[in-house]
Amino acid sequence: MDYILSAEHITKDFTKHRALDDVSIAVPRGKVYGLLGPNGAGKTTLIRIINHITAPDKGCVVFNGHQLTADDIVNIGYLPEERGLYKKMKVGDQALFFARLKGLDKRDAERSLRQWFEHLEISEWWDKKVEELSKGMAQKVQFIVTVLHRPQLLIFDEPFSGFDPINAGILKREILRLRDEGATVIFSTHNMGSVEELCDEISLINRSRNILSGPVHDLREQFSDNRYSLAFIGNPTELQSAVANMCNSFDLGGIDTDGNATATVSLTSPDALKPFIAAANEAITINSFRRLLPSMDEIFVSAVENYNQKHTSDQ
Amino acid sequence: MKSALGIIIAREYLERVKRKSFIITTLLTPILMIALMIAPAAIMLFNTPESMSVAVIDDSGVLSQRLKSSDEITFVDYKESVESARADSEIEAILVIGPKVIENPNSSITVYFRGAPAITTDAYISGQLKNAIEDIRLEAYNIQDLRKILDEVEVDLSYPTIRIDKDEESTVSSALSYFIALIMDMMLYMFILIYGSMVMNSIIEEKNNRVLEIVVSSVKPSSLMLGKIAGIGLVAITQILIWAVLLGACSAWLMPLFGNMPAAQEDAEIMGALSQLSDTGFVVSLFAYMILFFVGGYLFYSAMYAAIGSAVDNAQDASQLSTIATMPVILGIVASMSAIQNPNSAMSFWVSILPFTSPMAMMSRLPFGVPFWQIALSLVLLYVSFLFLIWLCAKIYRVGIFMYGKKPTFVEILRWARYK
Repeated sequence: MDYILSAEHITKDFTKHRALDDVSIAVPRGKVYGLLGPNGAGKTTLIRIINHITAPDKGCVVFNGHQLTADDIVNIGYLPEERGLYKKMKVGDQALFFARLKGLDKRDAERSLRQWFEHLEISEWWDKKVEELSKGMAQKVQFIVTVLHRPQLLIFDEPFSGFDPINAGILKREILRLRDEGATVIFSTHNMGSVEELCDEISLINRSRNILSGPVHDLREQFSDNRYSLAFIGNPTELQSAVANMCNSFDLGGIDTDGNATATVSLTSPDALKPFIAAANEAITINSFRRLLPSMDEIFVSAVENYNQKHTSDQ
Repeated sequence: MKSALGIIIAREYLERVKRKSFIITTLLTPILMIALMIAPAAIMLFNTPESMSVAVIDDSGVLSQRLKSSDEITFVDYKESVESARADSEIEAILVIGPKVIENPNSSITVYFRGAPAITTDAYISGQLKNAIEDIRLEAYNIQDLRKILDEVEVDLSYPTIRIDKDEESTVSSALSYFIALIMDMMLYMFILIYGSMVMNSIIEEKNNRVLEIVVSSVKPSSLMLGKIAGIGLVAITQILIWAVLLGACSAWLMPLFGNMPAAQEDAEIMGALSQLSDTGFVVSLFAYMILFFVGGYLFYSAMYAAIGSAVDNAQDASQLSTIATMPVILGIVASMSAIQNPNSAMSFWVSILPFTSPMAMMSRLPFGVPFWQIALSLVLLYVSFLFLIWLCAKIYRVGIFMYGKKPTFVEILRWARYK
């Protein structure tokens, strides 16, 4: 696969603790890559290293096939978690300033800025000072500043914090649009809902280490535990005894007055699926049967808890 | 990225110059300065001491006719007793002179004042008495043509000082040197204090606005620092040029009104001293060097302020650390004052070579003539250490990003400087 960026065996120490410990990630071109992890896990440090703001103690970052240099930052758009704008400066002037710092010439910058302002329906803010804007408004301007120079790689650190649901929706739409136009997006977030919606691949950073990486779909498969949800009419006890040897767990849901019941089961292996259906079909009348995939939220919690338990018992 | 530097300079410059506060302070300062110039003159015009009449009870009979009245103080002969004079509330002062005043002045003279006397009044009365008594004592020797002899003896001194190890007139008189050094030192001090701390605050503002990470992901910290220092330097030059024009225009308009003020006379003396310098080449090189040291001093100290701004994240912490920058400036001014007393001592040499004090100390040594190699060495050291400070700043700045909300110690700052 074609990777736009890969971080290889990155280690970074601060005075009191190790922020990153042998972390490697590989970001495929043209995808949305999620960087997940609890607070203080080291995500922001990794992002700063990718942005050439700080240097790793060990390991290296490869961008477009060569070692990352200061000149590459014009090809990266970065929206930091700690973000703000010059308060006293006019919105338009400010956006132009940042666009020109990223190497756009003045006329091009102004033209595409006007387009973006129109696109996000904020043209009337051009001559306002930033201190007159609300936080959400300022975030929109920041988003434009980040993407304006059409970087190959976009990095968003907690992009949805401070956005209301409507603006968060606009932001998601724009992120996907930019991906479809060929940009690669890395974003770090706690918001697992947005991960399922947006991300093609993720890495989960916990306690300075990369503990889980892969395409979102594969991970959900991997963590699915062969769980299925079953709605049926019939005697639940009969069903339970019929399938007992094929299930790791059998949780009976409610049963209503018409005799409609539900159950959630976890099969011993994928191979048990067909015998399970056959046995269930014998015992009761199946109304619906579907596969349960874990949410990213569940994967996050179980991966982090497993890891933490294992490493606490090691010590 | 060279262009990034230009963009940053342009932003720092334009954003400041366009601000209302800049326009207001730029316009108000000359008005304040003119008010400061006019105020002493106005005070002198309107605050003349009240006139006072002094009742003189002269038992010697020789002094009272020799006391000359001035505009403010009138001596009036008084024939009645001290008691009746004291009772008369219209009399503000009484001068009682005993019969033996010429032989024994201190025990013969008493002055009574109603209320505390002004120092000038007291001094005037005692001066008049002293002159009169001395005149009478001199006359007692019966010297012929005494007045003529005294007039002939009097000397009015005014002579040039010329160094023998230099071309004639290639140095400036020490009074003028002192004056120039003082003005330049004070200007540099103000410049560093006002605009240097502006550089520091500009960096802190970026941290407070949380805009820093966006900026640092777009430019190199060293370009950012250089851009800020240059941009603010240009703001300073703009402001000073506007002031110069405004002050020039105002004083051209106002000066005729105050033509005979003492200040104007001093100006005339300075102009006279300056016109004595026939060697224009020396004057031109003197001012060229002064400007080089002035600019160097600004760059060096503003870089120091920038380093402080990089290390802290709020104005309170900054004000504590900024003593690190202001102490050497003050030290430099003290050093430069001692260098005026003794421009060629070893001490003067060292303070004018070391970057911390050299801008100030050189200001006071330059008018006396300094060997070229010393000037060159001092300038090179100053500008090299400026570049070193910028490099140091960039280091501290990068690492300081990770220090949100934590006040750094001096040891930590040193460690950051060594940080990769």
